[in-house]
Formats: sequence, structure tokens, C-alpha cells
Amino acid sequence: MSNAVTVTGVDKVFDSGAGQVVALTEVALDVAPGEFVSLIGPSGCGKSTLLRLIADLESPTNGTVEVFGTSAHQARLDQRYGIAFQQAGLLPWRTVAANIALPLELSGMPKSDVRARVDELIALVGLGDFGDRFPDQLSGGMQQRVAIARALAKKPQLLLMDEPFGALDEMTREYLQTELLRIAAETGAAVVFVTHSIPEAVYLSDRVVVMSPRPGRIAEVVPMSLGSTGSRADDLREDGSFFEMITAVREALHGGGVAAAPRGVENR
Amino acid sequence: MATLTRTRPPSGPLGRTANGAERAIAPVVLGIIVVGIWQLLAGTGLVEAYLLPSPAAIVDEIVEFWPSMVSAAGITGLNALVGLVAGSLLGIAAALVASTSRPFDGMLAPIVAALAVIPIVALAPVLNTMFGADSQTGRQLIASLAAFVPVFITTARGLRQTQPVHRELMTSFAATRWQVMRTITLPTAVPYTFTGIRLASSLAVISALVAEYFGGPRGGLGGLISSSAASSAYPRAWAYVVAAIALGLAFYLITLALERWVSRRR
Repeated sequence: MSNAVTVTGVDKVFDSGAGQVVALTEVALDVAPGEFVSLIGPSGCGKSTLLRLIADLESPTNGTVEVFGTSAHQARLDQRYGIAFQQAGLLPWRTVAANIALPLELSGMPKSDVRARVDELIALVGLGDFGDRFPDQLSGGMQQRVAIARALAKKPQLLLMDEPFGALDEMTREYLQTELLRIAAETGAAVVFVTHSIPEAVYLSDRVVVMSPRPGRIAEVVPMSLGSTGSRADDLREDGSFFEMITAVREALHGGGVAAAPRGVENR
Repeated sequence: MATLTRTRPPSGPLGRTANGAERAIAPVVLGIIVVGIWQLLAGTGLVEAYLLPSPAAIVDEIVEFWPSMVSAAGITGLNALVGLVAGSLLGIAAALVASTSRPFDGMLAPIVAALAVIPIVALAPVLNTMFGADSQTGRQLIASLAAFVPVFITTARGLRQTQPVHRELMTSFAATRWQVMRTITLPTAVPYTFTGIRLASSLAVISALVAEYFGGPRGGLGGLISSSAASSAYPRAWAYVVAAIALGLAFYLITLALERWVSRRR
């Protein structure tokens, strides 16, 4: 089976008014099916750009991005991935159920099938009685769960998430992290997850990809030896191994960034 | 958040909380006081009756000419309604074209800007001549031109208000242009359009009414205001003015209710 994501030799250069900005340079990354990979790094390291390249919302300047063995473009047209952003991005004039149904409706699924699938998804993300509510009647955490359900609507085997919990309070955030691990395990989907938070990346991931800025690149890939992501629970947050991994990621972040980044460059 | 603001009663100026009934009563009481003072002033003869007839005299005229007022309001109201509907449809259509095609946007924008500054009612004599003295078409055209401008401007703006996150989602869903239009762009624009229609409703009534001052068939409110004033029947002229205000208010309130309704459930 081919990788969920294969990024090879990718550069991304944006043309801005003031000239060219190198967002990413020589990025290579593989994500295995069912694997949970977080992208972490300071602002401007290109982690969101990398995610957007995988989603085919941007095109690479050089190099190739493949999703399940096809081009990112074809994968988007075939709806091989689901995506969630920091903003839930729900349509305020549609109910929760109708928001989740949106991608299904757009692909022309018959109405009765849509209803059955939406019911499944509402149960999956634990929104039982809220199908008829409108987004402005929900808390931020609940809106984000709707967004995740919508991203999963077409049973993608790849979930792309751009700081989906970034605007939530810490308690909600930790709760949704555990929920996300459960959902990812239930669906078997690979996840590429952009975050600013070291504990979040550690808790969720099989591997944490540490990126550094100017120009954006992968400084180090830190494997998390914390057991399978599906079996993790909140008690892990107080475990010694959890703190060791946090330290490892933090050192990779600072080792790459502060000292003019010799290590990060040589690592590739 | 929205439910919080909805359930919290607005507090009055003295820190009291006013409920809906109190808020409605306050302006009514003020209105009664003003009319009372007006009646007193007119009764003492401080103000000449031809300058400002007393409210009682105006009410007498309203009662006496009630059937004529209803039919006049019907004529003017129909002109305004035809104009409002036609102008709104045209405004929406033009905004859609402008939003999908940049060259059209460039062509339409200056034309609408020109339309917005032209006193459209000034076209009334010309249009009356064009369509003949017994036709309402000129007036309806004036009302529709007046209604067109705000509906076009608000709709064109609304069509540009789609959120980037919604557009990117639609891209990730591999949605076609038409699907994006139907599921994101149009629903986002609808409340803007209805704000435009609310603004246009008053303009349509005013234009239909004032256009009657420049000749054409009699029988509308505007024509009757000017002919009553011309024959020195000032209380009757004022009675028709009251009817015109009522007509304008009716248009405004109905379109306001429409706007509220669609904004809640697009």
C-alpha cells in the first residue's frame, strides 16, 4: 500500500510585492497510512504552507506532493482527504446536520444515504442531540467537533488539520485531543496535524516534525515512543515518558532555531 | 453569545429595565403630546390655518375622503411595488453579472455611480412624454431606477463577503463554480440584498409619489396632494400627506420584516 502522503524535494516560493519569500525549501516527508504526524514550529516556518500543499490549496514551486500514490491535485478531486482549520468554518445558515451533510450533498449522494451517514458522524463525534442546532448555538469546542465530523464525512483515509484546537480553552482542548485520537483510531485515517503546542503534538503523534523558519524547512523528525496513539489516555499527560518526549521536541525546536541552525540543515 | 443578548432586557435611561410594551409606548406618548400641542397652537389661532391646519381638521378630511385615499394609496402603492420588484430584480441580476465578470464590473460601476447621483425624479417629465399622459409606466420606471441603485450596491457587496475559510473548504470538496455560488456565495449575500431592498422600498415610494407631481394620470397620492394644495384645500392636502407617510411606512415595515426573516433563516 502506498504512503498516505509523500512529499519529495518540495520548495515553495511566494511572490509578494516586496519580492520573493521562500516559505519552504527542500522539504521531504512521508506519512504512512494510519499514522499521526504533527508539524510544529515557530510562526513563519511554513508548517501551514506544507499542509496546504498536501491539500492542494497551494501548488509547490518545485518538487512533488503525492497523496495515496496520486498527485495532490487528483487526490483533492477524488476527495481522498478531509480538512479542518482553526476556524470551524461552519455555514451559519445551516444546521449542524446540514453542515456535516455539505460535502456529501455536493458529491450527489442520495438524500437517504446522506441522512444515515450524517447520523453516524454525529454519533462518532458525540453530538447526539445537537443535529438540529445552528452553529451560533454551539460552543467553540462543539463547533470544532462539527468541523471534524464534516471532514470525515466522505470516509477519507487522510485527515489534514491546521491548528484545529488553537482557539479553544485548555480543558476543551485536552478533551478534544483524546476524542481525536479515538476517532482517528476508529476510522483508521492518517492525520497530518499542524500545531503551536508542544504537549499537544507529543500527546497526539506517532512522529513530531519539527520545522524552523527563514527559510521554512524540516529541522528534525522526532518519533514519539509512547505506545500506539489509539491507546493513549489522559493519564499519559502525567507520565514521565510524556515529559521526556516534550523535552526532546523542545530541544529539537530550540536546537534548530537559536544557534543559526547548523544541526537542522545537516540533518537533511 | 447571541442568545445572551437576546434574553437580556435592554435597560432604560434611568437604569430601569424597559420591556417591549414600554419601548413601544414611549414614542406613542411623545406623538400624542406633539399632536396635542399642535392642536392647541392651531386652536388659539397663533398659527394661521392655511399654514398649518389643526390635526382635528386633517382627521376630518381623512374620514371624509377615506375611499379616495385608499384608492390613491393603491395606485401609488402599485407603482412603487412594481418599481421596487423590477428594480430589485434588475439590481440583483446586474450585481450577479458584475461579480462573475470583471469587465462587466468595470462597466457597471461607473453607470451605477452616475445613476446614484442623478435625481431620478427629474426624469419624470421626460418619461411622461415618452410613455404618454395616461400611462403609469414612466412612474414605475422611475421607482425601479430608484430601487435599483441600493439593491445593486448592497448585493454586489454581499457577493464579495464570502469568508476565505468557506472558499477553501469548497475547494477541498472539489466543488464546481456553480456549487460554490449556490452553497456559499448566494446565501452569504442574501441578507445584504434584503438590506438593500429595505432601503429601496422607501425610495420607490418617494419616487413614485413625487413623479406624480410632474403630470400624467391623476388619482395617485402625489397627484392629489398637489391638486389639493393648488385648490387651497390645505387640510385635505395634509390628509393625503398622512396617507403617503402611512404607505411609505407600510413598505418599510414589510421589507424590514422580510430582512429580519431571511437573516435568521437563509
